[in-house]
Amino acid sequence: MHNLTIKQMSEKLHSGEITSVQLTQHYLDRISQYDADLNAFVTVTPELAISMAEAADQKLAAGDAELLTGIPVAHKDIFCTDGVKTSCGSKMLDNFIAPYDAHVVTLMNKIGMPILGKTNMDEFAMGSSSESSYYGPTKNPWDHKAVPGGSSGGSAAVIAAGLAPLATGTDTGGSVRQPASFCGITGIKPTYGAVSRFGIIAYASSFDQAGPMTRSAEDSAWMLNAMAGFDERDSTSLNREKTDYTAELGQSLKGLKVGVPAEYFGAGLDPEVEVVIKTAISEVEKLGGEVVEVHLPNKDLAVPAYYVLAPAEASANLSRYDGVRFGYRCDQPTGLEDLYKRSRSEGFGEEVKRRIMVGAYALSAGYYDAYYLKAQKLRRMVRDDFTKAFESCDVIMGPVAPTSAFNIGEKSDDQVSMYLADLYTIPVNLAGLPALSVPAGFANNRPVGLHIVGPYFSEAKLLNIGHQFQQVTDWHKHMPAQYQ
Amino acid sequence: MSWEVVIGLEIHAQLTTKSKIFSGASTEYGAAPNSQACPIDAGMPGMLPVLNHAVLGKSIMLGLALDAELGMRSVFDRKNYFYPDSPKGYQTTQMDFPIVGQGKLEIELEDGTKKVIGVTRAHLEEDAGKSVHGIVPGQTGIDLNRSGTALLEIVSDPDMSSAKEAVAYAKKMHELVQYLGICDGNMQEGSFRVDSNVSVRRPGEPLGTRAELKNINSFKFIEKAIEIEIERQIEVIESGGKVVQETRLYDSEKDITRSMRTKEEANDYRYFPCPDLLPVIITEADVEAVRVVMPELPDAKRARFVSDFNLSDYDAAVLTGSRAMAEFFEKVVALTDAKDPKMCANWATSGFSAALNRDGLSIENAPVSADMLAGMISRIIDNSISGKIAKQVFDAMWQGEGSADEIIESKGLKQITDTGAIEALVDDVLANNPDQVEAYKGGQEKMMGYFVGQIMKASGGQANPGQVNKLLTAKLKA
Amino acid sequence: MSLGKTEVEYISRLAQIEVREDDVDGVAAKLSNILDLFTQMEAADTQGIEPMAHPLDAVQRFRADVVTEVDQHEKLQAIAPSAAQAHYLVPQVIE
Repeated sequence: MHNLTIKQMSEKLHSGEITSVQLTQHYLDRISQYDADLNAFVTVTPELAISMAEAADQKLAAGDAELLTGIPVAHKDIFCTDGVKTSCGSKMLDNFIAPYDAHVVTLMNKIGMPILGKTNMDEFAMGSSSESSYYGPTKNPWDHKAVPGGSSGGSAAVIAAGLAPLATGTDTGGSVRQPASFCGITGIKPTYGAVSRFGIIAYASSFDQAGPMTRSAEDSAWMLNAMAGFDERDSTSLNREKTDYTAELGQSLKGLKVGVPAEYFGAGLDPEVEVVIKTAISEVEKLGGEVVEVHLPNKDLAVPAYYVLAPAEASANLSRYDGVRFGYRCDQPTGLEDLYKRSRSEGFGEEVKRRIMVGAYALSAGYYDAYYLKAQKLRRMVRDDFTKAFESCDVIMGPVAPTSAFNIGEKSDDQVSMYLADLYTIPVNLAGLPALSVPAGFANNRPVGLHIVGPYFSEAKLLNIGHQFQQVTDWHKHMPAQYQ
Repeated sequence: MSWEVVIGLEIHAQLTTKSKIFSGASTEYGAAPNSQACPIDAGMPGMLPVLNHAVLGKSIMLGLALDAELGMRSVFDRKNYFYPDSPKGYQTTQMDFPIVGQGKLEIELEDGTKKVIGVTRAHLEEDAGKSVHGIVPGQTGIDLNRSGTALLEIVSDPDMSSAKEAVAYAKKMHELVQYLGICDGNMQEGSFRVDSNVSVRRPGEPLGTRAELKNINSFKFIEKAIEIEIERQIEVIESGGKVVQETRLYDSEKDITRSMRTKEEANDYRYFPCPDLLPVIITEADVEAVRVVMPELPDAKRARFVSDFNLSDYDAAVLTGSRAMAEFFEKVVALTDAKDPKMCANWATSGFSAALNRDGLSIENAPVSADMLAGMISRIIDNSISGKIAKQVFDAMWQGEGSADEIIESKGLKQITDTGAIEALVDDVLANNPDQVEAYKGGQEKMMGYFVGQIMKASGGQANPGQVNKLLTAKLKA
Repeated sequence: MSLGKTEVEYISRLAQIEVREDDVDGVAAKLSNILDLFTQMEAADTQGIEPMAHPLDAVQRFRADVVTEVDQHEKLQAIAPSAAQAHYLVPQVIE
């Protein structure tokens, strides 16, 4: 059952061949069989899942169902879920039972998508390996020695191992695409503002964007239809006409101008990854794509600019964790300052504390211009690079990450090298563009994703490119042997 | 050697919105603790702000009233600091791009001189919650009902050079925001809060170090606090000391200001643009929409009352002291066909206002409406009752005994204007007082008053005094 | 750029994050590494470039001034570390 596409699953649910309860139970069984080892879930919610599945079956029986009704989903533990622990991978929120739903959760609940549980992640989405979680690292289903990527590593692992057909993720600097690449699944970061941020625990507000994590591009298109749309509760939500992200599936890629930045293939790129990416691009050429050379001259400035701006925003976003109204409070505070300092030092992990401190410093008197303001200017330069590049191409292709998944523990002591590995994904978040990662092969026996970046609002086009690619390749169908 | 005083004020005016600046929670005063603190106001994870539309028009209105540059593109920033009543750990405010830019306000001092005070800016921001003591020993309780209430912080230029000027400015701003209907002005409930920055210097020298006086909730105490703070600073400097930049509180019982004992580490608020909010744009259409509903401002109204109704400057100032009183007065004038605006002014400023003050009532809930007062004044104008009887009628109206006409009717207070009836009264009194008539005729003209008194008494106060005078004079001189 | 004890203590106060005496050097070293990364920005010529606060060129939307929220302090305070008589509690604040 877990090898079906979403559309196939939906057909079987609508025809009555399977029920949502059966489907949901199948995934719950797989979770209890595999997750103890994988550690992809922070919380599994079997009772909630089954009761939602029962309600979905009633909707299906009543003919009141949508395409995704009855199909279960796993939510990254950054999406608030009313009545269910929402930890954001942090000790700080280990006791936080969210009193409301994120907008995305509300939308999916309305459709009738049973919640299987909440997936593991880097603490407060700050990381590229899912190792910084309070709940321990998630393993990569392809190789338990490897990280699944991050921060949405739990969601990526869950899809790769077939523990859920669909999972939500969020992408601030690559947190959907990089774990998708590392786990051999499909993930898209939509245009900033396409998916409401309401009820998603903030890391860096002007970058955070939620997206689907699925097996195939087609599945992502269906799921994005459910997640995206205007929400009046988020000031940065785009008030545009409802888009059908499946609308372009099936279109030919003939004449598609594929921009390939020379800068993407320089030093630091793993040669095996380079081979995979170049092979994938030639596959797209066979489908009718025409490669053109483009330039993104400021790409190297994107990483430092991002690591100023995102921590600066985070330093304020995470000030609300003060031990007063919710979350962790230190034992026996002796005074106000003791309450703040100990609750925050004991409740946050090392990387989160580091980013808060770096962010506070970048905004502090005397450094604002040199760090924060300078980084904001670079942000515009990076965005302008893309604008210019899209004058001569329809999409840009390249690697998602310079390597395939690295080993657990390999980089956890060297933040800066971990940061630098985000060089391909970060510029996209600075600009707020949509970008897709689709499985394109293996390097060092671990999956590698092809990165497809498009202009604002080009999600449907990107998903079709991914879909066409997946018509002639089968990387997205590969599953680690032990989970088949 | 002489001293120059430099004062600037920061006024926090709570805007009269039904809901908070960034959430749909109620702003009603006095609700049960935390009953009006929704997840957004409590800074819960994942919650996001959306701007209340009502604050836009109210800000534009203040800007127009202060003849200020409007911030056609204003930006919200985060001001970072930790405090239990600030649930997000930052306050959302406006730093570099406020919604109202440089403007001005003219004040008038007691001696009648006028002075223009510059208004540096006014920016939108959210209010904090409140700390409550005594719930649990050793603990402070936090009530977030006020958290997220919309404020306009109105910052003056350091243009005031005495406590009196500062208070005149504060009062004028207080009157203005209430006129505009953008703030209820209630200082006891904290809807209008004045912080004063006070410094002194020798003439010609650069600005001295300033102290900030906070949390004073009456104009009287603001004036006293500034005065003694000026004295204190002069004393400090003259005795060789230095004024420290700090926040000071006024102790009205001891009549001193004292330093707020917080750790005086310089604050580093790390302002940066709030990424959850986008730039706020004011369009020409927004400005026009406000312009057409803009109420007449106090100064313009005052001048019009003097020129159109022939009132004294003093009466005009009293009547325009609040928008409600000015509107009440104008309604009474209109209902009496503007036959005697002066009389309307007298009744509004004395009899009516005195009754309001005595019973602690406001115009809206007074037992005598503009219609009722106009009804009574019409009876004075048409000579149905005298001014003296009117006082009786007014008191009865205030007691809820009905309209002026009903009271005049039921109490038989209608003035006697029938010449024959008055003549009979005059004849009676003259016949019964032959000695006094003799005395009058012998040159004691003051006996006139005696006769009038007797005649009015005989009429139960209802004889028309003018007619009594006329007939009496005629008879005595005959 | 390398941070010293004074800077670390200053940042610790701004961020309200405790840095234990024996951790100061380690924290200083890690933060300094990150600040070194930032120095790469210095080389870029940003003259005449407008700072970009947001990826969207959109402007702020408004909500109507209506009360839409109901009292839910009981639900919210059920997850509060310390509350009494509908108030959140903190160690006494002396003003």
